[in-house]
Amino acid sequence: MHMADALVSPVVGGTMWAVSAVLIARCSSRIKNSGNDRLVPLMGVLGAFIFAAQMINFTIPLTGSSGHLGGGLLLAVLLGPSAAFLTIASVLVVQALFFADGGLLALGCNIFNLGFFPAFVAYPLLYKPLAGSSPTRGRLTAAAVIAAVVGLQLGAFGVVFETTLSGVSSLSFSSFLLLMQPIHLAIGVVEGLVTAAVLLFVHRARPELLDGAVSPQLSRSLKPVMVTFLLAALLTGALLSWFASEQPDGLEWSIAKVSGSKELRGPEAGLHSGFAAVQEKIALLPDYAFRKQNEGQMVQAGTQLGTSLSGIVGGTATLLLALCAGFLASRKKSALKGSDAFR
Amino acid sequence: MRSVEGALLDFRQLERLAERDSPLHHVDARAKILATLVFIICVISLGRYQLAALFPFFIFPVVLIAGGGLPVRYLVSKILLVIPFVLVVGIFNPLLDREIVAIAGPVQISGGWISFFSIVLRSLLTVASALILVSLTGFPALCRGLAQLGLPKVFVAQLLFLYRYLFVLAEEAARLKLARDQRCFGGKGTGLASFGTMIGHLLLRSWERAERVYRSMLSRGFAGEFHCPSGSSFGVGDTLFLLGWGLLLLAIRLYDPARLLGLLLTGGVQ
Repeated sequence: MHMADALVSPVVGGTMWAVSAVLIARCSSRIKNSGNDRLVPLMGVLGAFIFAAQMINFTIPLTGSSGHLGGGLLLAVLLGPSAAFLTIASVLVVQALFFADGGLLALGCNIFNLGFFPAFVAYPLLYKPLAGSSPTRGRLTAAAVIAAVVGLQLGAFGVVFETTLSGVSSLSFSSFLLLMQPIHLAIGVVEGLVTAAVLLFVHRARPELLDGAVSPQLSRSLKPVMVTFLLAALLTGALLSWFASEQPDGLEWSIAKVSGSKELRGPEAGLHSGFAAVQEKIALLPDYAFRKQNEGQMVQAGTQLGTSLSGIVGGTATLLLALCAGFLASRKKSALKGSDAFR
Repeated sequence: MRSVEGALLDFRQLERLAERDSPLHHVDARAKILATLVFIICVISLGRYQLAALFPFFIFPVVLIAGGGLPVRYLVSKILLVIPFVLVVGIFNPLLDREIVAIAGPVQISGGWISFFSIVLRSLLTVASALILVSLTGFPALCRGLAQLGLPKVFVAQLLFLYRYLFVLAEEAARLKLARDQRCFGGKGTGLASFGTMIGHLLLRSWERAERVYRSMLSRGFAGEFHCPSGSSFGVGDTLFLLGWGLLLLAIRLYDPARLLGLLLTGGVQ
């Protein structure tokens, strides 16, 4: 459920970046101030562990298809909220850069959806109270399943919310929600069962690891984090949308489309009129005529059509130019190499 | 996820690309990070029906790939791996958005198809730019750049640690998986019970490794902080790289050369 750059608008992506950055900064200073040096290598190695564990698949009970561990809740139980959040964030950064899972702009969304909910909601508010201090087998399993399901439901909701707000996809909020939530209910149950299986093993082998004494706990300092993050979100949201209103993004675009106002034209006149004279002379497709079925209704479509045709022609031409530039650059480079070889 | 070995091989190959030598490899990581961000924001900020305006942006990945001597086929194959995820969400656009916005001869093109292809192009561009950033810079240098740009040191240390142990643990996971798969027959034994134990073992081993690492760090004088070499300064070339790309990308974003060229070639049909 990684979100991709292609489906995120700059406003949404930027806002979530700011939110995740604030959270990362808060968690980092919390870890630093805790004075617990042991956490540094532990978080790093466990991050790598999540990667490695995700490479091993297992057969999902009753279905026969295979799945792999997500790991957010497991990390939260082992490391505590702050350290787990940083670890999940680091895993997502590496995935975005190396495996192109998600993307750089969507990274903020992904860190929030997959890191914040398991580490700061599902673990402290659900798993911990439900499992208690010395859980039985059944109680631990139930707590893990409930926490994983809620965490993933919230994450999936985040994906739907951010995607719809971005307005790149045409899916409506409710139908996307109906698509995502049930799938993630199933994924959540499986994730909970896997997390429980691993935790039960650790509980048997080295119970002291689960005492949760590793990481500074969140407890009453949850409020300032939430307030900071809310303020940051509001501020950046307001700032970014103010900036972005100059250039319509997806959402504004769809609004413009619905309300019938037009925004497709690029920057006006100045440059274009300068080109006009030249255009008349060298145009390849002068007076290209378009079908207009319903004069009144199709005027807008007609202009859009004009723009999109010239857009497609121009786009292809620029693509070719870009490729030529690349070709020339590599030619030049190999020529240089050749001259090196002669020396 | 694909096979462990495949993923690891991929990972290594991308790292090896960063070890190549080209002028672009020597550009400061900060300049490359910021230029890539400008690129992504410019691409993403286009409206969802502005399909053609996306084409000029191909100049950025194309020039960087050519200038950096990166293998095109390998990068393309990596990019294509990611596309299906985007297609799943994007394919609803043609189904839901059927308003005809363009007619090319007998073919009527709906807004949904235009926005669908715009989503595909956007993901091609953004994924390519991220992969190019890594393969021109390398992960450790990238982390140092991010630290210089203000990323908290704890998080940078976390990224570097994760990166260092990734290969070690992934190889261990690969051996575990191979051992299990050899003992399993027709999918039996790959269920949750054995998986829990297996991952649990891997976890304990990783944990113990972390404790050993911590002890050896302590014995080498670790006092809670990493010291990154901050010798590299932002030179003239780096400034030129960032300014040049920044201005070019902004110009492409604001003036839409595809449209200008299109108007030029078609005689300005409006």
